[in-house]
Amino acid sequence: MAVFTVKNENVQGKAVALDDLILTKDYPTAAGSKMLEGFMSLFDAEVVPRLQNAGYGIAGKVNVGEFSLDVLGETSHFGANRDQNGNLVSALSESIKTENAFACLCTDSNGTPRRAAALSGLCYIKPTYATVSRYGLVACVCSGETVGVMAKTADGCAEILSVIAGHDDKDGTSLPQNMIDSAKNADPICKVAVISSFMNGLSADMSEKVNASLASLRANGIEIEEIDDSVLPLAQPAWNTLSAAELCNNISRFDGVKYGYRTANYKNIEELYTNSRTEAFGLLTKMQLLYGSEVLSTENYMPVYDKALRMRRVLCAHFSELFASYDAIVLPACSQTAYVETDTDTAYNESLYTAPASICGLPVAAFGGIQIIGKAFSDYALLSLVKKTEGGAAQ
Amino acid sequence: MKFETVIGLEVHVEMSANSKIFCSCGAKYGAEQNECVCPACCGMPGMLPVMNRRVVELGMTAGMMLNCRINRTTTFDKKSYYYPDLPASYQTTQWFAPIAVDGKVKIETDNGEKFIGIKQIHMEEDAGKLVHDDWTDTTLVDFNRTSVPLIEIVSRPDLSSAKEVIAYLERLRALLRFAGVSDCRWEMGTMRCDVNLSVRPEGSTELGVRTEMKNMNSLSAIEKAIEYEAARHIDAIVSGTEELVQETRRWDDIKGKSYSMRSKETAGDYRYFPDPTLMPIVIDDAWYDAVQATLPLLPEDKAALYMEAGLEEKTAWQLVASRRLCDVLDAAVEAGCPIKDAANWIFSDCMKLCNREKLTADELPVNGQDLAKLIALVKNGTVTRPNAARVLAAMFKDGVQPETFAAENGLLAGGNDDRVDAVVKQVVDENPKAVADFKAGKEKAAMALFGQAMKLLNKNCDPQQLKEKIFAELAKR
Repeated sequence: MAVFTVKNENVQGKAVALDDLILTKDYPTAAGSKMLEGFMSLFDAEVVPRLQNAGYGIAGKVNVGEFSLDVLGETSHFGANRDQNGNLVSALSESIKTENAFACLCTDSNGTPRRAAALSGLCYIKPTYATVSRYGLVACVCSGETVGVMAKTADGCAEILSVIAGHDDKDGTSLPQNMIDSAKNADPICKVAVISSFMNGLSADMSEKVNASLASLRANGIEIEEIDDSVLPLAQPAWNTLSAAELCNNISRFDGVKYGYRTANYKNIEELYTNSRTEAFGLLTKMQLLYGSEVLSTENYMPVYDKALRMRRVLCAHFSELFASYDAIVLPACSQTAYVETDTDTAYNESLYTAPASICGLPVAAFGGIQIIGKAFSDYALLSLVKKTEGGAAQ
Repeated sequence: MKFETVIGLEVHVEMSANSKIFCSCGAKYGAEQNECVCPACCGMPGMLPVMNRRVVELGMTAGMMLNCRINRTTTFDKKSYYYPDLPASYQTTQWFAPIAVDGKVKIETDNGEKFIGIKQIHMEEDAGKLVHDDWTDTTLVDFNRTSVPLIEIVSRPDLSSAKEVIAYLERLRALLRFAGVSDCRWEMGTMRCDVNLSVRPEGSTELGVRTEMKNMNSLSAIEKAIEYEAARHIDAIVSGTEELVQETRRWDDIKGKSYSMRSKETAGDYRYFPDPTLMPIVIDDAWYDAVQATLPLLPEDKAALYMEAGLEEKTAWQLVASRRLCDVLDAAVEAGCPIKDAANWIFSDCMKLCNREKLTADELPVNGQDLAKLIALVKNGTVTRPNAARVLAAMFKDGVQPETFAAENGLLAGGNDDRVDAVVKQVVDENPKAVADFKAGKEKAAMALFGQAMKLLNKNCDPQQLKEKIFAELAKR
């Protein structure tokens, strides 16, 4: 299967690829789903004109898993990408490695781009929540998803981030420009904590990969402390509750009535809704929809959904406590270096590593098998840290 | 056994906010189908809501007018259900922290004053409209109304008769119209009402089984529906022929009956949850005070002031039925016009023109300062009364300044208007036969000349003055 769902053969300027949840008026946007196959947006996402006005060209639309909820794009309606050995290879990283895009913009809710970068030798930054406009993203998990940047180097990520970040009146959650600008003056990262419990479930080669990156950090003068922490793993169930509920609500607009896939098989409006959605959505999406609608029901709202909202507060407060002693927190990006077979549990299991930064909207850089989670607005400081491990000028 | 009826109302009112609640689309009545739409209010993927500040202010105003406590931090929630007139398959509304809570409204009843409790007022977006096309046997969707801002006013079950309900609704309408929250026009659907009703033995403190009649859109239908439904409930309890169930019912105003729509068991779960795309709205003291400062007097207090100033009771109450009329009158008085003159002009010439142009009193297009100027011109004899009506018509139509318009169009009384003189001379010169007829005693001949002159002047002159000038010219011959 191709890396791009649509490729621009005539790119003007440095080429930036867009994942297929970012709406473009010139190219179809399917979000990896049969539901939106061939869907043409009436408008561009805010990040698109920001890139174009800065002289970048759009390389094309990159194939993603359905609503980018999966491990490495395997649930795409257009097929998964695999290497000769059958291992899943994310189209996001391939757009840079084999298609020569300078960078790729990736929607990050369930951590797919973090895994993709960490396993492919690229660098990725998920910026602080609400510093990049979400206007024009196929919305899935509004309270946590952000547009991130993948590139070969930390400098490449920083270059593109500085173009797409900024206040946008069209996004009601967008932060004021002065707060977004404060990321440029963040303190450098000197001391980080590695959470030991997260290291236990890794495959042997993944452990090796993570330890090599930690060694590289140490070699560049970063102080690393290993600590135990029982709170951060709780982000996983909380995040999955919030994200399933929001997904369920956000994609309920895809009902077969106005645009997108419509079943040929219906006699009334109920059947039109049910059959269109049954035929167009994949299994992982359906599991999320079932769970999401369940946790929002009258019986489960307080004991489940509201609890997850409260967990988000606890986690944010907990991160603040950790940041009193450490500049950043290091977690593995995922549990394995390669995935062949995945099922709906795999995506859930892997969210153990990615949920903490997602649920609290914190910036996180991913490279060499690890993620480094920083305080809000430490985006460029995280990238400077990654740059040191690339052998760049240490400061 | 004697029964009493217990009624609570949910009143939906479309706010006069000029644009929709989360996008900048216009919200005008009577637009072409799907004319006032954009990707946001059509629920297209990728669009995010952006809060309309004016809507929050109108919500606060409504809360203050109904003696509510304003929630200083107010939030929006999503309510999910599938229906083709709801393009995003969820409605953005307020469930957990509505804009205003715990208010009360005073009404007059046969037994004196009564206070009706307001449980809460919340802001929300309206849904679209389904239009069935019989010709093609299809149902079409009009999204003009989607995301038009509404407030829903939820009363406590404090009402006990159709008469009280009517009094309460009329009071709500008067207050909300006076404060500029909404024009509250039943016939246009900018005011709608759901009636929750149950009956119980008199003196009982427990509530009976409740039924809800949705989307009532006229006072007469509401009155009939309440009487029918209360009788049905009592009959069911007394005769036992029908078991009452908690359900939603539809009122058929033509048949004069209510019909079951759906029961509680089959009612959907709306799966409310906080909308993460809209930040909580924090109302600080400065904002609160600024909105409070715009609140009008209550209509009855305003009417009392007008009566003190010398207006008749009937006129005073007519004025306070429309905030616009009060504003025009107040501005005219401010500009030095005697209050009685201003009121006379508003209810005679202004309303006559409104009727002719099919405008409501709320849409009266002249402003008070200009009206005061025109009245002054008439009082000091600069413009005659019939000409003033023509000046006013131009003020209505083109917003002209009365003095300039009168001068430019020969409508000044007694002024030496060379243009009129020239035309009079011309028609008399060109019509020797008419002159001869007039001299021979045929008075009608003068009217023919008058008509021709009027035509040549494009009707831009004072008729009385023209008549006099023609007679004067004829007398010279």
